[in-house]
Amino acid sequence: MGETKANLYSESFQIEGGNFNSAGIVSTSIKSILKKLGIPGDIVRKAAIVSYEAEINVVSYAKKAVVNLTVKPGAVLIDVIDEGQGIPNIDLAMQEGYSTADHRIREMGFGAGMGLCNIKNYSDDFHIASEVGKGTHLKMTIQTPST
Amino acid sequence: MNIEAIGAALGLEVKCGRESLGKNVTGGYTGDLLSDVMGNAKEGYIWITRQVHQNIVAVASLKELAGIILINACEPARETLEKAEAEKIPILVSDLPAFELSGRIYNLLTSGS
Ligand SMILES: Nc1ncnc2c1ncn2[C@@H]1O[C@H](COP(=O)(O)OP(=O)(O)O)[C@@H](O)[C@H]1O
Ligand SMILES: [Mg+2]
Repeated sequence: MGETKANLYSESFQIEGGNFNSAGIVSTSIKSILKKLGIPGDIVRKAAIVSYEAEINVVSYAKKAVVNLTVKPGAVLIDVIDEGQGIPNIDLAMQEGYSTADHRIREMGFGAGMGLCNIKNYSDDFHIASEVGKGTHLKMTIQTPST
Repeated sequence: MNIEAIGAALGLEVKCGRESLGKNVTGGYTGDLLSDVMGNAKEGYIWITRQVHQNIVAVASLKELAGIILINACEPARETLEKAEAEKIPILVSDLPAFELSGRIYNLLTSGS
């Protein structure tokens, strides 16, 4: 359930790993929430791109995740915390074209090795931390024009 | 130029999203890798692809693309059509391969109408 205080909104979502049929639902919800809050279109589109790529990675490589969306004056924050295999080498994973996606994932057009690059390019601030066998935490910030 | 006009000029079959055929097409992007389209297509573009599964609808909707054209007479999956109808994303089908279809659409969009 969403919660709105003066100038602040936060909501949490769950993503189920392995389910490609519902992939994109969380990013679609985030997009429509930001639109309703009157966030400018270019910022909404950036948020949609980064949350979609993070969501697809959870569906592709993790068991499940919690996504926390926070809108505060000056910024949209999207945190994706998953439980799963984790990333052994983050520098390698961040390289464009590097992917461990299997045949089934590639057949659907995922696994180009561009997801983390898109996240980095379309967020104003991006942090990634991961522990093998535990999971991965992405922190993405998109700045909004403060009024 | 809107999608309806592109469809008529190239004899494309409209599969769904008829109510959005009037959307103005600002450009196009051709590709089968979803992250490539996510990163590089722009709002209002028409997307030319051979991907037929339902994830293409989320990409088109999140990127606010004008619509999707499937090449080589590819048939969209049933769930793809249902989702696209719900999201009001037009899906059209062409008999042409990606290279030829992209070239023709490029010519239509740049011939200054
Ligand atoms: N949440 C995650 N959990 C485990 N591994 C991940 C996660 N996100 C990304 N990876 C690893 O990083 C690689 C690169 O990710 P990305 O840039 O999104 O490209 P792609 O998903 O197309 O492979 C993946 O192939 C995978 O090995
Ligand atoms: Mg990815």
